[in-house]
Amino acid sequence: MDAKGNVDWVEVAETPLEADLLEQWATRPECGAIVTFCGTTRRSSSTGHDVTELEYETSVELAEGRMREVIAVARERWPDIVAVAIHHRIGRVLLGQPAVVIVVSSPHRREAFEAAQYCIDTVKKGVPMWKREVWPTGSAWSQEAHDIVSVHDA
Amino acid sequence: MSRILLLGPAREAAGVRDDHIEGATVGEVLRGAVDRYGSTFEEVLKVSKIWVNGEPSSREQAVGPQDEVAVLPPVSGG
Repeated sequence: MDAKGNVDWVEVAETPLEADLLEQWATRPECGAIVTFCGTTRRSSSTGHDVTELEYETSVELAEGRMREVIAVARERWPDIVAVAIHHRIGRVLLGQPAVVIVVSSPHRREAFEAAQYCIDTVKKGVPMWKREVWPTGSAWSQEAHDIVSVHDA
Repeated sequence: MSRILLLGPAREAAGVRDDHIEGATVGEVLRGAVDRYGSTFEEVLKVSKIWVNGEPSSREQAVGPQDEVAVLPPVSGG
């Protein structure tokens, strides 16, 4: 928690994500807005297979470090945001389950929406994370990949 | 001797996730990695970004025993 009472919560783990828990955590008496983004695994395949699961892999230390940088930049751009959580699941995730959850609370909705949008866009482009598509008879790295960029450039 | 961390497709191509490789610079460590892991890894390395201790790095950067060189192929999170 900083001097203004702002708090960050980043986590990369194999445990299922619980958006409602993060929303409760982000609830503050001074905040009139909580924006939640849930990125759920979907059937679309970059490799042409009937995908049943996605498997995420990273270095937890490097990924969490980058997520903290993402939040720091969000706080520079939207100074009024209060609580910011970014949680990313790793390991195997069944279709339809959340792989990433982002929650931002702020006194008013505009900055919460904009900061949450920045956070998810930047997590996808700027956090070290690799996705493997899994189908009943095999698996392969997602072909929807791009060079990792700075959190300032995403 | 630096620690090298191989992630995602780089881990798969090398067959290991982390290792220790001789080299006074990032470039020397990566050349040692290509010698050790072979051409499949070299192809992945060509499209990868390199970080040292969590920060983007050049091939010329000096490294030592306390440094971690990470190989980051194109990412696909979220």
